[in-house]
Amino acid sequence: MKNVVSIEIVNEKPGLPQTVATPSRYRNPIGKYVVKRNSNCTSCGLCADLCPYGVHLRYENYSEPIRPLDYRCIGNKCEANDFFCVKQCPQHALSVGLNPIVEIIGDYRWSSEMILAHWYMAETGNLPYVDLEYCLGYSGGGFDKIRFRIPDPKDYLDIPDDEIDTSLLLNKRRDGRPERVLSLPCYGGGMSFGSTALPVLVGRARAAERLNTLTCTGEGGYPQEFVPHRDNIITQVATGLFGVREETILFAPVVEFKYAQGAKPGLGGHLLGDKVTPEVAKIRETVIGNSLFSPFPFHSVYSVEDHKKHIDWIKEINPRALVSVKVSTPTDADMVAVGSYYAGAHIIHFDGSYGGTGAAPDIAKKNIAMPIEYAIPKVHRFLVSEGVRDEICLIASGGIRNAMDVAKAIAMGADGCVIGTADLVAMECLRCSNCESGRGCARSIATTDAELGHEITEEWAEQRLVNMYMAWRKQWCEILRKYGMRSIKELVGRSDLLVHLDYLDEEERNKYQPAPKRKLVL
Amino acid sequence: MPKKYAIHTKNAAPRYPPVGKYAAVEFRENCAGSCRLCVRKRCVYNIFNDNFSHWSTMGEPEYLYTCKGCYRCVEECTKGIFSMAINPEYRTLGNDYWTPAIINSTWAQAHTGNIPVSGAGYRGPFAGEGFDSIWTDMSEIVRPTRDGIHGREYINTMVELSSRPMRLEFKEDKSLVTELSPILEIPLPVTFQQPLFGVLSEEVLLSMACAANELGTLMFINPENYSSAFSDYSSSLVPCLTRNNYYQYRDLIRTSQMVELAFAPGIENEFMELRRIKPELIISVGMALDNKSVGQALVLANTDVDTIHFYGSDNGRELNTANPRHLKDMIRETHLELVKRNIRSRVNLVFSGGVAMAEHVAKSLICGADAVAIDLPLLVALECRLCNRCKDGKSCPVELEKVEQEWGAQRIINLMSSWHNQLLEVMGAFGIREARRMRGEMGRSMWFDDLERDSFGPLFGTRKVTGIG
Repeated sequence: MKNVVSIEIVNEKPGLPQTVATPSRYRNPIGKYVVKRNSNCTSCGLCADLCPYGVHLRYENYSEPIRPLDYRCIGNKCEANDFFCVKQCPQHALSVGLNPIVEIIGDYRWSSEMILAHWYMAETGNLPYVDLEYCLGYSGGGFDKIRFRIPDPKDYLDIPDDEIDTSLLLNKRRDGRPERVLSLPCYGGGMSFGSTALPVLVGRARAAERLNTLTCTGEGGYPQEFVPHRDNIITQVATGLFGVREETILFAPVVEFKYAQGAKPGLGGHLLGDKVTPEVAKIRETVIGNSLFSPFPFHSVYSVEDHKKHIDWIKEINPRALVSVKVSTPTDADMVAVGSYYAGAHIIHFDGSYGGTGAAPDIAKKNIAMPIEYAIPKVHRFLVSEGVRDEICLIASGGIRNAMDVAKAIAMGADGCVIGTADLVAMECLRCSNCESGRGCARSIATTDAELGHEITEEWAEQRLVNMYMAWRKQWCEILRKYGMRSIKELVGRSDLLVHLDYLDEEERNKYQPAPKRKLVL
Repeated sequence: MPKKYAIHTKNAAPRYPPVGKYAAVEFRENCAGSCRLCVRKRCVYNIFNDNFSHWSTMGEPEYLYTCKGCYRCVEECTKGIFSMAINPEYRTLGNDYWTPAIINSTWAQAHTGNIPVSGAGYRGPFAGEGFDSIWTDMSEIVRPTRDGIHGREYINTMVELSSRPMRLEFKEDKSLVTELSPILEIPLPVTFQQPLFGVLSEEVLLSMACAANELGTLMFINPENYSSAFSDYSSSLVPCLTRNNYYQYRDLIRTSQMVELAFAPGIENEFMELRRIKPELIISVGMALDNKSVGQALVLANTDVDTIHFYGSDNGRELNTANPRHLKDMIRETHLELVKRNIRSRVNLVFSGGVAMAEHVAKSLICGADAVAIDLPLLVALECRLCNRCKDGKSCPVELEKVEQEWGAQRIINLMSSWHNQLLEVMGAFGIREARRMRGEMGRSMWFDDLERDSFGPLFGTRKVTGIG
């Protein structure tokens, strides 16, 4: 398999990283529609001339028909067009239909259409033109039932994307530490070396650098390959303390204490033995092939005072570092947030119960702690009532899948979001859930396998991420324009702009897109 | 501290290939023939190696029992002719409540004893009816969690099924006046009960009884199925008797720690006679979980019954009504009524029907149960597909009647080990070290309706839609 990075410039704007066409690593990318060519085809080339989407390829000096790139096809709605290949084919050799495999990919949270749309964004840097629903899943609750209120057309602010501010200020404490501003309202969640392939991690770091945002080491140590990108890498301090050394604290613009992870609240990190290769064992200073279950909780923290002691240590070691506290979403999430503020944290990061993971018990993923949609307004309100909301950066993660979820989370009260799964989907993850054991991910993402772990190149990973985030940015800009806003900061806490379908009268509800429904076989 | 409870697992491979989720579909007319890059040869998980003959004969579709659904074959086939579908047999497993995913997961747990672990985030709906509308709590800073998963901190899952005095009386010399009744404890809050359908051969029931005995728990059993072959496990068996027949099972009562009487008005009048047969006998009363059960429980709680066993439907619902409530609501109602009258501590409550996964055990306890009783998971552990063919007198697709006791017992032990470890996960996150303390801890759980009201109410007003999803 070959990672192809073509040099075609799809979009270039001053101040923003370039989006570059970065096609799939696979021969037959999956699309919503399938285009079949039967044996009547004489390879006349008419379809290739007609299709503006590039579904039909034809090379000079090569007369055999080539398998259509059907993931680019817009399906039977093309019937209305003069260039509809099925109608125009003189041999009637072409047919178009729904791809049946779309029925079985994905799940209630990440629907197949959402996955395919993100693959497209990562390839092109644009929002899909194919009719893919990429903002809503089938979960039937939370973000999937929340909509932005229908805007007043008079409020529309007709300004270009370049003039819209999507930045995020991480340090609001005015405590003399750097007032770090990211260009996007989100940054990358922790992924450890061991759970994820090194080129994927380095690709994330490179993308973070280009996008002026951050990524995070996770609990897996600090590979040497991270050092050149250290200004954009958060060092995570988790209970296993892998890779936590003075130098890695000194590298970090932000140090993150991981108290808990949304996918497995109340449990330590899991890295099953199959993935503990010699390289992973070396960097974590453990034994090859032995499963690594980090302890839980921090045995040095049993109170907010202990927690403050941790934060003070880090601040003492690195006087320029900001401190983030990552917790899950318990009943008393609001109290935890205020406790962390008074302990001196710059960022309080809530990871909701439906967040991603490299490995977690299913019982924990589904049942422990609350979904992030409930935690954000609860914490935001409490911080406001305590008078400290303007002095702490509230970050949400865990089940935030796409640009629209990010915008909804911000309107509910978050300053920004942390993204993990979407990064991997950009690299062609399809959430089959087999990251945890054996050779790990068959799609070469969440694996440390000697062969699979090197199938992705850093350049390819980097560009796919840049593309996806630039597509997301387009979506944020359009939302802001609709409400007459120039900065995403104006959106923070604007829950008055949101509606929840279940809280509307039927007449009002019918004005909004209904929640997609489908019964899936999981 | 009580002795640490450990369940010893051993691989117990399935006798029949489990029904896999995926089926491979090929459009052979375009196949390159002996393509050296055939994706079948290059599967990361080598799943096609199990069936070499299919490569040449190509009977289609091919059902894949171990396919992980990575779709790499679909995307890499040199001709683009390879595709996947859901195995139609997988779709037919179980029903809306006992979903294919639950059945498949139960098989895997019974095979290995391992808890289900996977990567990526939760893949299911936001919330659902019944137990799926509850999330359990945790907190890592202001309330310490417990590290019990790997034995680094002991978490005790023992519960009692014997009654306890409401107060102790002492003489002036500080010696005890109160006569203490016998204590019956089980090391995990899960008991077994004989399923109402299924291929219930003696070997199948012996597998369940043997597993109950090995695990230290109890099995509620129909005395008509109780032969001399069960005598080794008599202390773990709870014969389910009636007012009319218990006298003829006097010998059985003498060998049992606990018996169950079916509820009937005035059933408490029989307790004395039962204890005349065996003075230290623990008595349970079994009753349907319906709109009368709370009232009946209130009456019984004031007698010297030890345990009340409520039988719900297989799908975790109330019985005898057109609009049945969910088990979780029934448990909560029963528990709270007894709490309100200050008699909750007198009696133990066991609920059955619809307990299909480990998380249901934890949530039942949080709602107020002391323990649960399970039946269908025992059958599923023995490879039952819940196809219901046996109800019509048809043959069993996995020949349950041929189950060997040792293999069957090990499968159930493995399943319970997995459930026990999952219970530890939840209790660890909860910060609770005693299963008994988990009973009725609703304040440490989060319910859909409450979260919607408290978190979304201030944003969106009043909820106008009933139901979830």
